[in-house]
Amino acid sequence: MPLLCARGVSFSYRDRRVLEDVSFTLDAGEVLGLVGPNGSGKTTLIRCLGRLLDPEGAVLLDGRDTRSMSRPEIARTVAYVPQNGGVAGSATVFETVLMGRRPHLRWSVSEEDKQKVSEALSLLGIGDFASRRTDRLSGGERQRVLVARALAQDARILLLDEPTSALDMRNRIEVMALLARLAEEHRLAVVAAIHDLNLAARYCHRLLILKDGRVLGRGTPSSLLTSGMVRAVYSIEAVIKDEMGVPYVVPLRPSENDNLVKIL
Amino acid sequence: MMTDFGREEYARLAEKRALFITGLIVILIALAGVAVTIGSAGLSVADSYIAILAGLFPGAVDLPDRMVESNAVGIVWGWRLHRVLFAVAAGFGLAIAGAVMQGVLRNPLASPFTLGIASAASCGASIAIVLGAGLLSGGLLVIGNAFLFAMLAAAAIYGMARLRGMGSETMILAGIALMYLFSAVTSLLQYLGTADKVQAVVFWMFGSLDRSSWPKLGIVTVVLAAVVPVLLWRAWDLNALAEGDETAKSLGVPVERSMAGFMLAASLVTAVIICFTGTIGFIGLVAPHITRMVIGTDHRALLPASGLVGAVLLLGADCLARTAIPGTIIPVGIMTAFLGIPFFLYLFMRRRDA
Repeated sequence: MPLLCARGVSFSYRDRRVLEDVSFTLDAGEVLGLVGPNGSGKTTLIRCLGRLLDPEGAVLLDGRDTRSMSRPEIARTVAYVPQNGGVAGSATVFETVLMGRRPHLRWSVSEEDKQKVSEALSLLGIGDFASRRTDRLSGGERQRVLVARALAQDARILLLDEPTSALDMRNRIEVMALLARLAEEHRLAVVAAIHDLNLAARYCHRLLILKDGRVLGRGTPSSLLTSGMVRAVYSIEAVIKDEMGVPYVVPLRPSENDNLVKIL
Repeated sequence: MMTDFGREEYARLAEKRALFITGLIVILIALAGVAVTIGSAGLSVADSYIAILAGLFPGAVDLPDRMVESNAVGIVWGWRLHRVLFAVAAGFGLAIAGAVMQGVLRNPLASPFTLGIASAASCGASIAIVLGAGLLSGGLLVIGNAFLFAMLAAAAIYGMARLRGMGSETMILAGIALMYLFSAVTSLLQYLGTADKVQAVVFWMFGSLDRSSWPKLGIVTVVLAAVVPVLLWRAWDLNALAEGDETAKSLGVPVERSMAGFMLAASLVTAVIICFTGTIGFIGLVAPHITRMVIGTDHRALLPASGLVGAVLLLGADCLARTAIPGTIIPVGIMTAFLGIPFFLYLFMRRRDA
């Protein structure tokens, strides 16, 4: 049974349809990359999957329809990393990551909870500033704290809305590699909205391409990332190269297409 | 260097919080002893405690003759102790209500006053004083109106937020709008009222503990005893809400229900206090901030510690209000501002420097 299943998921903000009949399944150990231009519905889909929005259609977590699950039950199954911020208070990094234990906590904090927090901090390489205030961290550090909080949540499904948007090149690779490793080792299902096609191609097992709220394609990065698909989704010309079996997208500016194609 | 990834620091923070709360309890007990001595009976602090114990355990405490002759137990229990305990309960409740509102709305300026609940109570009291209109009658007319209007304001904020989509911004804007509306009505009533009634309204709005009594203290205590444990039990929800509605939802908090519950609880606590005292400002705003600066943001400790800071501030302010000018009792609402704001600014500036 797939760990995560979306069946005909649609959503409208008032009269504006932003998601139309999205269906897919995701098994444990898999990383699914949601790609598509701005406004294509990636964030809305992530929110629908985590039941932060109530969509039409069904979202099944481990075979159970989220409509029949309580919010704490969902939170024990799905962890969510928002796109920007999500850190408003002046809590320390340790306390912020500890919030990830909220679905499991009663009132007091157990040794197990603290251990989970320490592990998450260690995995993300942010143990050294566990005592610093989260609102005083850089954007990249904060992003890592949010991923650590999601890991501390101990959920089997991770939903990440552009988890690498505030990170530099090295940190992007490290975070994505960590997510891929966690998916494999801990048998997690990971859904990440990603703008960087090359990062998505390198670390996601499968991609779901969205445009105007509809699924334009789903499959492995090698099968999906073609210059025709890039043209259809982003309205630009691109050259797709092969880097050791992984597709590598080189975008071309439309006005210079001919010259650049010749150079390359 | 190997680290324990913040666990040791977290344990130290927990110790600091426990120490802070214990210290506040000790200060409060000492301050209560001092507060009971204020007056013309010439009691010492030790006499205060003896009189309190003698009243609590009749026959078990040997009273010195001079205390029997001066009717110290009667004076303490009949006149002074309920005022002291009322100050403690009111300060505790107003500070906790402020901490809850700031936590739910993620706004450092949120308090029962900035959200219009105090303005509504003042408006209700003004209607009772100037027009003599209200649901209850006699001595309960002003109290009943103040309570009713405060709860009406809370219900209106909640109603507007539900219509518009529950969110902290909606609630704050609705609260501010109501504050101006109720203030305008109160101003109109003052404009229309006779001089003696206007004076009564102004005096009510200063806020005072002069009107305290054992039955009123009983009502406030019952409400606090019913509400505060629930707030403490849900402290993790407040911690999650501080991270944002969406994050709180993803952490399993039923956001809209929780926000409504917290706001209702904070409004109820505020209403039941200020209907008896009039508007006592700044406690609900300043006490949570002072506490947060010292022990951080975990509401499991922040709520009780804020309450104790509020109790110390209000009791301290009342002591000063009764002794600063001999023969005159300054309304405690004025004194809380004189005392609380400079202290708050001092902490704030010192912290900035650091």
